Amino acid sequence: MDFILSPWPWYVAGPLITFVVFLLFFFGKKFGVSSNLENICALGGAGKLVDFFKFDWKKNTWNLLFVVGLVIGGFISGQWLTPDVAIVLDNPQTVTDLSELGFQNIGAQYLPEEIFGTETMFSLKGFLILLIAGIFVGFGSRYAGGCTSGHAIVGLSNLELPSLVSVIGFFIGGILTTWIILPLIF
Amino acid sequence: MKNLKFILAGVLFGIILSKAEVISWYRIYEMFKFQSFHMYGVIGSAVVTGMVLFYFFRKGTIKTMDGKQIEIEPKKKGYRNIIGGILFGLGWALAGACPGPMFILLGRGAISFAIVIIGALFGAFLYHAVKSKIPH
Repeated sequence: MDFILSPWPWYVAGPLITFVVFLLFFFGKKFGVSSNLENICALGGAGKLVDFFKFDWKKNTWNLLFVVGLVIGGFISGQWLTPDVAIVLDNPQTVTDLSELGFQNIGAQYLPEEIFGTETMFSLKGFLILLIAGIFVGFGSRYAGGCTSGHAIVGLSNLELPSLVSVIGFFIGGILTTWIILPLIF
Repeated sequence: MKNLKFILAGVLFGIILSKAEVISWYRIYEMFKFQSFHMYGVIGSAVVTGMVLFYFFRKGTIKTMDGKQIEIEPKKKGYRNIIGGILFGLGWALAGACPGPMFILLGRGAISFAIVIIGALFGAFLYHAVKSKIPH
């Protein structure tokens, strides 16, 4: 029980992720979360505005159910499986860097209050940061043809060059935000 | 009921990413700062074990539950990978979450992720609205 409740190390998580990939292909499907963004748009009637979304989203019901599972899995783990929500940061430099940006209670919970707190999300700046971050993720993943699941996990595992290029792109973008944009907005 | 297995796969994936703290904004921050091995270990070990899995998929050793050859759609190739990839990365590091973790975090009760998800849906919509005008 102790093992279940303490944070799982990388060498447990990585192979378990692959197990989920195995399950989905074994079920005759594929593994890619970001295509659900399109499925949800189509379900919501986006086909009235953009022809692409006129596709039959019902044939992707299985993938939407996977997302329903993600929400339930998040709920279960939040309620019962993570009694300690503190993130133990291995490198003291991370704490120093975030303190310099003005962050407080670093690692006290999964998410920093400075970006995700209720008070922050209802401020104009906080709201825009969350919305714009989402827009970039949604736009970028569909433009690149996949996100971390489709490109970084499946594509790299299948030795696909477009996925390697995409993952390099993910890192260029991520480094730009972390090293340049975050210090500008905080 | 045949669809229940997809929900269960999602539940399992949600628990794994939650328990490995992959859904924490801090883990993404330290990854892009090259200050911790954790995320590299998670993605790296998933890819290495995945390479073995996909080898057996391609070889036909592992088939679907219906006994069919596993088909892997080839990825779309072009400028889209690098440009789309950079745009995705910009957002990933800001939200500290990619599409899967967004929904897991919402399930954990992080309501601020409702805004991120609305943004992501709008982003996907926007892409398809303008895709004929941007390089691929």
